[in-house]
Amino acid sequence: MDLLKDPLVFLYLQIEATLRSAGLAPELVNVAMQLIGVVVVATFCLLLIIFTTWLERKVVARMQDRLGPNRAGPFGILQSIADVIKFLTKEDLMPTGADRWVFNIAPLMAVIAVLLIWAVIPFSWNVIGTNVNIGVIYVVAVGAFGTLSILMAGWGSNNKYALLGAFRVVAQLISYEVPMILALLVPVLLARSMRMNDIVMAQGVWFIVLAPIAALIFFITSLAEVGRTPFDLLEAESEIVAGYHIEYSGMKWALFMLAEFLHAFTISALFATLFLGGWRGPGVGDLNRPGIPILGVVYFLIKSFLVYFVVMWVRGTLPRIRIDHMLAFCWKFLTPVALVNISVMAVVDKLIPATAGLWGRAGILLLTNLVMGAGILIAVAMVAHRARQREAALLAQAEALPATVGTAR
Amino acid sequence: MTVGQLLFIVVSAATLLSALITVINRNLFHAALWLIATLFGVAALFVLLEAGFLAAVQVLLYIGAIATLIIFAVMLTRRLMTETREAVNSEWWLSAALAGVLIVLLIAIIGRVPAWASTAPQADVSGSIAELGQALVSPDLYVLPFELASVMLLVALIGAIIIAREGRR
Amino acid sequence: MVPLNWYLIVAALLFCIGLYGALARRNAIAVLIGIELMLNAVNINLVAFWRYLTPQLISGQAYAVFVFTVAAAEAAVGLALIISIYRNRETVVVEEIDILKW
Repeated sequence: MDLLKDPLVFLYLQIEATLRSAGLAPELVNVAMQLIGVVVVATFCLLLIIFTTWLERKVVARMQDRLGPNRAGPFGILQSIADVIKFLTKEDLMPTGADRWVFNIAPLMAVIAVLLIWAVIPFSWNVIGTNVNIGVIYVVAVGAFGTLSILMAGWGSNNKYALLGAFRVVAQLISYEVPMILALLVPVLLARSMRMNDIVMAQGVWFIVLAPIAALIFFITSLAEVGRTPFDLLEAESEIVAGYHIEYSGMKWALFMLAEFLHAFTISALFATLFLGGWRGPGVGDLNRPGIPILGVVYFLIKSFLVYFVVMWVRGTLPRIRIDHMLAFCWKFLTPVALVNISVMAVVDKLIPATAGLWGRAGILLLTNLVMGAGILIAVAMVAHRARQREAALLAQAEALPATVGTAR
Repeated sequence: MTVGQLLFIVVSAATLLSALITVINRNLFHAALWLIATLFGVAALFVLLEAGFLAAVQVLLYIGAIATLIIFAVMLTRRLMTETREAVNSEWWLSAALAGVLIVLLIAIIGRVPAWASTAPQADVSGSIAELGQALVSPDLYVLPFELASVMLLVALIGAIIIAREGRR
Repeated sequence: MVPLNWYLIVAALLFCIGLYGALARRNAIAVLIGIELMLNAVNINLVAFWRYLTPQLISGQAYAVFVFTVAAAEAAVGLALIISIYRNRETVVVEEIDILKW
């Protein structure tokens, strides 16, 4: 029964018992089990990418009223594998004057920075890479690591377009980190802990109900962090000539693409964990209640793919945002909203009486968020109204000038 | 030689080697990258010292922000792609001698306290993040330095923006 | 079991390497890198003393947090100054930035 209900932990215990009976020292057994866990998680992520790239191409194609890949295998399933073969057989170029080490390490670091995040994502209550007590900050720190790979790619290419593209990308990434961290603090606040598993277990009511504004801010800023549309100025082929990975070809470019798609799925998994209850669902047990832990993995994957579908939906629908609009949006709108959000949530959460219970707390926080959202919309409307009035005044002023001004062409 | 000692030696050797290459390297961009390796090694040392939060903040702050800033400054202040001039000034031997004397002095001082050679790490480690947070805002602990630090950060932010902006030529 | 003086020696070595970098390099940014190394060495020292001597108090970690903050602010202002000097004087070599009035 244990094998059916909890195959992953069952396998883990079996392997550990085998290693121990083979005579290894207990510390070495520990290290070996950790290494096996690392290999399994990394392989799972990389195999997932083969599936998600196919899914993305089909879904976005259908949204754009076309079919997507449908020749390589039934429904084009083997298209990703065909792509991998193509990338492996392409010529591996390096531009003259490029910095060899920096040029070669940049795509590796991009993939590493994304794979490291999977160490703290809980698949089920007993299936997690490492339940470290700084889970949320670890995610942010590793994300900050990824901006370096872009700088290295831009510099190592010995190409001024690549460098310019890298500058813009890094400006976008570090700007959007600020509201992302502020929005990430809200689940930490509500769960009173930074461990990812604690945050999931504190979601009797999903945090997207308790903190919809924080969820929205996190979603938008994560899209900007990954560099997906509408924030995909990084790889805008039509604008900055493919940006920082212009000089990359073959497998190195494939690694950059892999890092981006994996990052997109990773933020979907993070959103599902932090705001949609992660592995929680009917039938999954807990630390304290018996249940079927493998169902937790199923729920987690379903929720992640749901959020990933929304990410693809946004990609297929919205146009690209200009760089100055993007940075103004971050610093002038998202950061103040995120600051107000966390302050208000902290105060209200402290003031809720303990007798309110699970749904009472949810109701009060939801109401607070709705009031905040209404306030923000009213403030934006007032600012827009005043801007429109000013523009109308300027236009009226320009038209009141004598006609000779305009005819001097 | 326990596993812990071996791990410590490997991590600190990597850190010190990266630091040495950082200060010797002629190519400034490479020096910045080796600095990042050094900072990562220091974060690993924090993890060995069971200060996990500080390790995460080290990676986030130093590598994610300060090292990125340094790399930006390197890219914005270069005239040629390669450094062709001398990397060290003419009194570098004096600085090296000074550093050497200082390290000998420091090791001698460290050796004079025998208690430090035999202290085992104590068992009860507080160090929970909640405790750190409370210490930073508690009136009888560190709320005053905390508020002063936030004012200082605001001043630094405004100052850096004003100094580095494109002035009217 | 790693004795305390190993950590202190590593921190002292890192400090001296940073000191050499701060004193001997010609590029202003390299000097700043040396200063950052010295601040990191101080942090290792603080956290090692906290862990070995008083792990039940949180003051060691709080102090290290303040050192982080000051280092970040100082790096930001220092680099802004260097960029501004580069714009005006076209050089970042500290030996050539030697007049008080221009």
